[in-house]
Amino acid sequence: MDNMIKGAEALIKALIAEGVDTIFGYPGGAIIPVFDCLYDYKDQINHILVRHEQGATHAAEGYARVSGRTGVVFATSGPGATNLITGISDAMMDSTPMVVITGQCASESLGTDAFQETDVIGITQPVTKWSYQIRQASDIAWAVARAFYIASTGRPGPVVLDFAKNAQIEKTEWKYEKCNYIRSYNPYPKLNPDDIATVAAMINAAERPMIAAGQGVAISGAEAQLIELAEKADIPVTNTLLGLSTIPSSHPLNKGMLGMHGNIGANHHTLDCDLFIAIGMRFDDRVTGDTKSYLPKAKVVHIDIDESEFDKNITTDAHIHGDAKTAIEALLPLVNEAKHSEWIASFNQCDEVEREKVINPELFPSDGLLKMGEVVNRVAEATNGDAILVTDVGQNQMFASRYFKYSKPRSIVTSGGLGTMGFGLPAAIGAAFGAPDRTVCFFTGDGGIQMTIEELGVILQYGVKVKIIILNNNYLGMVRQWQELFFNERYSQTPMVNPDFVAIAKAYGIAAEDVENRSQLNDAIKRMLNHNGSYILNVNIEPNGLVFPMIPAGKSVKALMLDANTKYYAD
Amino acid sequence: MEQTLYTITVFTENRVGLLNQISIIFTRRKINIESLSVSPSSIKGVHKFTITAYTDLDTIQKLTKQIEKRIDVLRAYFYTDDEIVYQEIALFKVPTEKLLAEKNLEAIIRRNNARILEITPTYTVVEKTGHSDETEALFNEFNVYGISQFVRSGRVAVTKSDIEYVSDFIHEQRLRKAHINE
Repeated sequence: MDNMIKGAEALIKALIAEGVDTIFGYPGGAIIPVFDCLYDYKDQINHILVRHEQGATHAAEGYARVSGRTGVVFATSGPGATNLITGISDAMMDSTPMVVITGQCASESLGTDAFQETDVIGITQPVTKWSYQIRQASDIAWAVARAFYIASTGRPGPVVLDFAKNAQIEKTEWKYEKCNYIRSYNPYPKLNPDDIATVAAMINAAERPMIAAGQGVAISGAEAQLIELAEKADIPVTNTLLGLSTIPSSHPLNKGMLGMHGNIGANHHTLDCDLFIAIGMRFDDRVTGDTKSYLPKAKVVHIDIDESEFDKNITTDAHIHGDAKTAIEALLPLVNEAKHSEWIASFNQCDEVEREKVINPELFPSDGLLKMGEVVNRVAEATNGDAILVTDVGQNQMFASRYFKYSKPRSIVTSGGLGTMGFGLPAAIGAAFGAPDRTVCFFTGDGGIQMTIEELGVILQYGVKVKIIILNNNYLGMVRQWQELFFNERYSQTPMVNPDFVAIAKAYGIAAEDVENRSQLNDAIKRMLNHNGSYILNVNIEPNGLVFPMIPAGKSVKALMLDANTKYYAD
Repeated sequence: MEQTLYTITVFTENRVGLLNQISIIFTRRKINIESLSVSPSSIKGVHKFTITAYTDLDTIQKLTKQIEKRIDVLRAYFYTDDEIVYQEIALFKVPTEKLLAEKNLEAIIRRNNARILEITPTYTVVEKTGHSDETEALFNEFNVYGISQFVRSGRVAVTKSDIEYVSDFIHEQRLRKAHINE
């Protein structure tokens, strides 16, 4: 038969059939046949050679988050595969579609502790949506089709295909059919009309409703529906960290971010609202703090595609099992037009306190060393809210997500659930590939950048355009903040002696400059944004800056702090 | 939280690696699996796991949903003892010489509804089916002779409900497939 092809080629053809044109990966012994085949398909698939396999996973995540497409990763067996675990876990926590293909030693040597053999299925099962070992070439088409279907539908997540070397070499008949049905998995649940009616009635009856929009809104592409619902029923919208940019920063009903470092208005109103409408979010502990005292006066409605999220952390009064878009579309005709002017105006008081006590001192200091918030704000202004924000993890992440401005959907890429330091640089590179027409601004710390700094090599090799702002305080800032506030200022292992980042940038052929003080900042940002290519700003930040407001971990909203010594609520 | 012995039944596709996927969901919450039994179910291609574990209602609800979330799991349910008919099997290997010396052997076997499966000059194998406390009772009676081997199976169970939820689910999925392919 002439349609007999090698397994490696069947994989590549299957990926092309799934619409894949970009892969982040790193070759090695057990996956050489696949890379050999890739050589023949260079015109159809752009493979980005990362510098460490972890970088490939985060790049694929960044790519997926900004484009909505499934990120694809190649790595070899053994250490190649184990290096992927952080990124796979990250994608699992943050519902990011990703298909990971790992090489594996030949089937006959599995279980013999062969060279670079690792039990990849065993290791990845707890952190993947699905993982499967391909031991024969005839399995490839079925497994790849299933992998993409599972990764991209329902609540998205990572899928691992562990590809034994013999299956890469042996021949199989080429025949491909996309997957659209799995008996044990239904990613398109039928909405229950009773649930829709119940929720609509609750919305119509509410006097003080608020919406908490999470990443589920972005994943299902429900941004327009969210805004329509909010405007029709006049409901203030708050966001989780990953839900940011589902409603523009400038929208009058956007009332900011929930959670530990969220806005006062958003958090305060969880105490007073009579209806809390959670859409595509999962009541993470960084959102709720103490779950027992959360939403004391509210009925809770939960809309989610993942049934196992209902009543997991917060007991709900009603839920809709379905994706955010179809659920909101079904609700809209049943929801009455309403006005909640007084309720919405009551956010202003909180906003004023936050502006005066927290935001103004952070964004517009008159003297002293530069602050993280002010740098973020200047970059946000200079990009007119059009750029994609990528962050690392820690203080840089909180300042950046709080003070960046969002005007378009899918404009934030950050590691929420897993909180992976080192996520940012490769994710920013991936985002640049996923949204080549948009500016990518990546805020990081001096700690996080050094965790995956090797990926600067990808920028060098492929000419990727990423604007990198290192908020450099020579500290592991977020841990330092907790040490200052909760551990008697014992700064155990948080001060950092850092390298000359500009010199490192130079070694990688990347334009860079140090920013020492306020007077240099605006011009430096202008140079960075006008530069046709990647650019690193190493900004010297005050060493003892703190992110506020803050609700200490596990505490009630009532414990909200305005600064190290001031509580928002009287005891 | 009050600890109850729950019986969890999980129906899955017949695919490698499901036992691990299910058991790690217990491990994650540090819940000990008391007994486990896996076999093909009455539905072709569908495997049935019967698991018992002590935990509380809130935990078992969440855990069952998380099991069901695994791609190749069809359905997962949990029950308390009053909702199911359940059984275990126990085998006892006892020295024949000691058994023969027992004057009430017939009474013990009859009272316990046990069966003798094999007798050799050195050992005798007795089978007892029932609930754990019943096999435990026979264990205590035989223990005076010195039991050389004892084994108890995991629990198997069927529900007392009139509705066969899994069959209904599989029927619904057949309709869903037909609808997709239209």
